[in-house]
Amino acid sequence: MGHRCAVIGVGQTHYTTRRRDVSMAGLVREAALRALEDAGLTFADIDAVVIGKAPDLFEGVMMPEAYLADALGAAGKPMTRVHTAGSVGGSTALVGASLIQGGVHDRVLVVAYEKQSESNATWALSTHLPFTSSLVVGAGGYFAPHIRDYMRRSGAPGHVGALVAVKDRLNALKNPYAHLKIPGIDRAMVESTPMLWEPIRYLETCPSSDGACAMVLSSERAVTGTPAWVHGGAMRSEPIFRAGRDTVSPQAGIDCAADVYRQAGVTDPRRDLDVAEVYVPFSWYEPMWLENLGFCGVNEGWKLTEAGATALDGDIPWNASGGVLSSNPIGASGLIRFAEAALQVRGMAGEHQVDGARKALGHAYGGGAQFFAMWIVGAEKP
Amino acid sequence: MPSEPNHILEFPGGYTRSTGPVIGRFLTELRAGRIVGVRTAARKVLVPPLEYDPETGEPTLTTPGQTGPVRDPVREPALSYDFVEVGPAGTVREWTWVDPPRKNHPLDRPFAWALIRLDGADTSLVHAVDAGTVKAMRAGLRVWPRWRPDRVGSITDIECFVPEVTTIVANVRTAYTVTPGGALGRYLDGLSRNVFLAGQCPTCRSVYVPYRLSCPQCGSVIDDEVEVGPGGSVTTFAINNLPDPRAPQVPFVSAYILLDGADIPIIALLAEVPAGEVAEGMRVRAVFEGGTVKWFAPEREA
Repeated sequence: MGHRCAVIGVGQTHYTTRRRDVSMAGLVREAALRALEDAGLTFADIDAVVIGKAPDLFEGVMMPEAYLADALGAAGKPMTRVHTAGSVGGSTALVGASLIQGGVHDRVLVVAYEKQSESNATWALSTHLPFTSSLVVGAGGYFAPHIRDYMRRSGAPGHVGALVAVKDRLNALKNPYAHLKIPGIDRAMVESTPMLWEPIRYLETCPSSDGACAMVLSSERAVTGTPAWVHGGAMRSEPIFRAGRDTVSPQAGIDCAADVYRQAGVTDPRRDLDVAEVYVPFSWYEPMWLENLGFCGVNEGWKLTEAGATALDGDIPWNASGGVLSSNPIGASGLIRFAEAALQVRGMAGEHQVDGARKALGHAYGGGAQFFAMWIVGAEKP
Repeated sequence: MPSEPNHILEFPGGYTRSTGPVIGRFLTELRAGRIVGVRTAARKVLVPPLEYDPETGEPTLTTPGQTGPVRDPVREPALSYDFVEVGPAGTVREWTWVDPPRKNHPLDRPFAWALIRLDGADTSLVHAVDAGTVKAMRAGLRVWPRWRPDRVGSITDIECFVPEVTTIVANVRTAYTVTPGGALGRYLDGLSRNVFLAGQCPTCRSVYVPYRLSCPQCGSVIDDEVEVGPGGSVTTFAINNLPDPRAPQVPFVSAYILLDGADIPIIALLAEVPAGEVAEGMRVRAVFEGGTVKWFAPEREA
């Protein structure tokens, strides 16, 4: 892995439906300044900036990194834009970390954002390409058939999706930055909401959020404050159209997890990790990723969820922050997972802190479940 | 609605009003496109300005830059009014929505009467706010005057106030001229003959539809063309309750269909069957119309 890398600052905006009071530049700067404040640094202490966001069609700003350089104090510094669809936040953190691990820089600012209120992501994901009768309506329309396939294969009872929807929203009540706050949410409430893309109900779906997240990454010699050490990082991708591709448990996800576990010395993720922040934009993806990430055997993921293993007081809490189901500024969502993992091992997660968290997984996926990005961070030096 | 009047009392030509030194200055400034208030002895800025301080009853005369007791302007001519330019923007303090507007209201569309605290003022001005919709109105809303071009020295020189610019619409429209490439051209040519053309990888033997020139798995060049379908099986599906321009009626079913002979499913509209009756493994067949696939439908028993 090369040189050691640590997270020394985390900054988030309060995720919400519409941030009409700020421009895109103002939004990313807000997160960046909070991350710098957390690290006790200023823009002058930063060597390079890495920025990520989801497709440009979401806001209709082409190459926003050019426009946002000023707001992120990047004048005269290397600035890189990363794009891997929904996993981009995770990829952004890993590109930033690689600049430290490769010994190129001592401090890198990584930022990711989405301002979904400027447009409509479902529209942007449903554009009709010429010469094709392919019919996919939004992310939900794409993922619903694969969820249905999982339910059929695993024999999971139909209420498991609602359990995840409730658990993550209850966690969100403890996170001051979370978008959806639904006091009193329960299974009956979730199950009473309409099917948008059957089998996905309204409350089993992530919200559309405006927001940005930023982290300051540091080399060992430049650490300030409380570090979260990077124990491993990995990215994988696979072709979306490939004969025999398992769209329920993609090979790229399995391979990515194996790589990051090997780097971090994790042999049994359920036992060796204390908390996981995993990209779950539709509730059924919790049991699906539990299996893909090796927290249990194939077709067993729903049993962990049903037994409460992934609850805040379970043996392996998933998405203590409320997760993507509670806040989804798409391009930032992956970086938020990575940042929340860092907050947990720094002991700075506040009310949703998992007691004694020493090692945490951050996970993101994107596109047609074809891009994966993961890291493991720890309280101790690797 | 008030009834139509049956008797009118009106002084021919209208009454005059002498404006005095304070209101006159206010109206003169309005004609010039500015808004002024007057600063009282207690250093408060009254907008609209008043000749007499409502808190003390004294003339709003001051020695500019000084606070102190107010004296008689006749005996102390050095005193003067301290006019202060305010605004032009302000903040809505209170408001009420008018819908529908009456004939003699300042706007011919629904609007708000609002108490507006102009920047730099200590009192509020009543004026109309052209917000478009009641949803745009709130206490704290920032508003700016919309001036009439032909000003005469009247409060109606400000036609109304309008919300600050907080959002602009950026129309992004990119027009393409798209022509299908070689592989897609062959596939479309097949569809026009009601045939699905696929390509078989010479290395891994997988059959890809639509027809393509290279294998996404192993990269081998594909030049082995095979026909697949038009029958196939549903592998999985979604029941969509959100309408789409391509499928405006909900619910509609988007299904992954593995065409007979293919190794990769295509996703397409499944019709001619109630959504609740669709199941994995269901046999379906393409329905062609106008040289392309209209949708898929359940295979009928012969």
